[in-house]
Amino acid sequence: MGYSGRILHIDLTSQKNWIETKPEAWYKVYIGGVSMATRLLWENIEPGCDPLSPGNPICIANGLFAGTPVPVGGKYGLATKSPLTGFEGDCLSGSWFAIALKRTGWDGVVVHGASPKLVSILIDDDRVQIRDASNLAGMNTFETEEAIRIELNDDQVRSATIGPAGERLVLFSNVTNDGRQAGRTGHGAVWGSKKLKAVSVRGTHGVAVADPETLLKLSLDISKAAQGSSTQKYRIVGTVSNVLNMNKIGLLPTRNYQQGVFEHVDTISGEYLKENHRVKTIACAQCPIACEQMSRVKDGPYAGAMTGIEYESLYATSSNCGISDLRASIKMIDLCDESGMDTMSTGVTVSWAMESFQRGVLKKEDFRSAKHPEGFEPNFGDGDAAVSLVEMIRDREGIGDILALGTRRAAAKIDAERSTESWKWAINVKGLEAPGYDPRGLKTFALGLATGTRGGCHNRSSAYDADISGEVNRFTIDDTRGRIAREAEEYAAVYDTLPLCKFIRRCFTGKADRAGAWPTIAKLINATTGWNFTYEDIDLIGERAHTIKKAFNIREGWKRSDDTLPYRWMNEPLKEGASAGYFVSEEELERLKDLYYEAKGWTKAGMIPREKLIALGMPDLAEAIGV
Amino acid sequence: MATSTSKYAYIACESSKCVGCQLCEYICSYTKTGEFNTYRSRIRTVRAEEVLITTVACRTCENAPCVLACPREALSQDPVTGVIKIDESRCDACAWCIEACDFGAIAINHETRLAEICNLCSDKEDGPQCVKWCPKECLELTTPDQRAQHARRKLAIDEVLGPR
Repeated sequence: MGYSGRILHIDLTSQKNWIETKPEAWYKVYIGGVSMATRLLWENIEPGCDPLSPGNPICIANGLFAGTPVPVGGKYGLATKSPLTGFEGDCLSGSWFAIALKRTGWDGVVVHGASPKLVSILIDDDRVQIRDASNLAGMNTFETEEAIRIELNDDQVRSATIGPAGERLVLFSNVTNDGRQAGRTGHGAVWGSKKLKAVSVRGTHGVAVADPETLLKLSLDISKAAQGSSTQKYRIVGTVSNVLNMNKIGLLPTRNYQQGVFEHVDTISGEYLKENHRVKTIACAQCPIACEQMSRVKDGPYAGAMTGIEYESLYATSSNCGISDLRASIKMIDLCDESGMDTMSTGVTVSWAMESFQRGVLKKEDFRSAKHPEGFEPNFGDGDAAVSLVEMIRDREGIGDILALGTRRAAAKIDAERSTESWKWAINVKGLEAPGYDPRGLKTFALGLATGTRGGCHNRSSAYDADISGEVNRFTIDDTRGRIAREAEEYAAVYDTLPLCKFIRRCFTGKADRAGAWPTIAKLINATTGWNFTYEDIDLIGERAHTIKKAFNIREGWKRSDDTLPYRWMNEPLKEGASAGYFVSEEELERLKDLYYEAKGWTKAGMIPREKLIALGMPDLAEAIGV
Repeated sequence: MATSTSKYAYIACESSKCVGCQLCEYICSYTKTGEFNTYRSRIRTVRAEEVLITTVACRTCENAPCVLACPREALSQDPVTGVIKIDESRCDACAWCIEACDFGAIAINHETRLAEICNLCSDKEDGPQCVKWCPKECLELTTPDQRAQHARRKLAIDEVLGPR
């Protein structure tokens, strides 16, 4: 129960589709979400495959709880080989698409090959259609979803789409459904390379579970708890409340991470946003928390721009670009959401361009466009310049064509042409632009970031919790950090695999730790599937999810030196604020990595030993990674 | 705009509080059919645009157009509660009731070949389950008169304290 046992394969080259059946034992190991999606990727790609070639599959794995009343369980996972990092690219998105897909009866979908012309896929319960999508070319994400609903004359059709940025292969373009994004690692470019504009689903079946009475009762209890203090931060101000907190501890990325304190923080805070821009707080389908702060620009040249604002989108487009006028930031985020681009990578790439201009590597004439034939000067703080850069990236116009490659490739290209060193301020890990927590004052998180399998991501390692909560001294390192980083990433991987949104983590018992959450999560799994999962099995979900991601990277040639941090964080101490004087030295990072690999049960080189894979019940991975 | 013309109670949604979570749909489909399928819910979440969200269920109209429209006299209205009843032996899923309903509150179940509509959980001791479990407390079993009273009261407060 909880699964149909069927994976749908669709080949855009041959226009054929087929059904693969999976045994229950396979589901018990990979469960769903990012773990199952990455496993499907592992099974359906040749090592060394060019991410933008037809051989790189799009792998969709639904959530175990999608389509049931389990709060925040309406989510699905996506995996592909990332064109930004060359390693695994795993993503999550939420809301109706996941639920509609669940009701079609498919546990997962794998899209192979590439089409010569723009197409969309319609999964209509059991029927699959590859449809001409030339009428959708160039449409933004919201228009595309609506156009498909109008075309099929059905409001209940849900679509995951790419926008113009994905069609133009912007390397950090993303996949959007229902106003939510599978945001990171460049899935949009992979869809674009296959000429796949959208996957639409219409599912009409009920979702059968093993013990509906128990599942409903648990769900209603959690839903009630989710209205209390355990979710207050998300409901009242939203994740954007982090702006003031991060500034206070001196780690709010400012002017491309040159600073950790922003002098205009009061006009970009979550509280300011709520007071001046918020229209309504809304929820994903199947979520009783509701955290998305829909915010609108009321006046000025960007009046009318409206979108949901999260902390990660906000830091990237405001303080990080030196911008103190939220109207420009909201416009940038809205443009990203319409165009189908990762707001974080976009903001950090724009700030790289601004710093390159500040340091004379890029000149005014590099910023010519149809709108600015003479070029413009993208100074930090110039909101109009930042908005223009987002448009140029979307259109791959002028310098936008280089910025569309992300900070790592853009810096490499400019440096090769001009004998400059702009790579020193390209703030990415493994090619994925960094999140809104400067790790120079968060040493456990620095380790989590450096070792992250998908690159610079706050979501896959929640190691900053230990640093910020005061569980450890955030400025120094000690022998506990390897274990803490391991536990933090495997904890997060449980949520990403089921998937459940992490904002529910305090609603089971009031305590978010394993003891507080795992017993209820085990009950939810058992009531859905009829299995008999225990506390230890929940731990295993996280460790296995992380192992398949790591094994994928090893098979792609990962080596210890890939687990590193940007030059700036390892060589330039923060100059002001509550974290002034701190940075991550090479010696510290190497010691942290030793501690972490040891805590994972890996070799000093960071490889997974055969015995470990056997103990995890994943022996088939061993041969493929040469152990 | 279609409005209720009823003296009967119905389930009203305070749209400014509704976040579109659909928990009402899960509760309803489980209560009525024993499965989790929002297609089978008698209450529907509607999201016209990202921030324009509400829910709709039967408005228990007086002289209900759905009853009048039914060519087989399968639909009848309880004179006390206003609840629409469907005679399963007479309904043949012709969907005329759907066409007659200004609120889109009726659906055809293609498996059972029957019309489906909210009955205010009149068979449940603790009343409508969607109202009971709405996490944002935006659903209410109410009548147009009660709604009018609330509106007047809110106006009186707003006049003194300003809109809140």
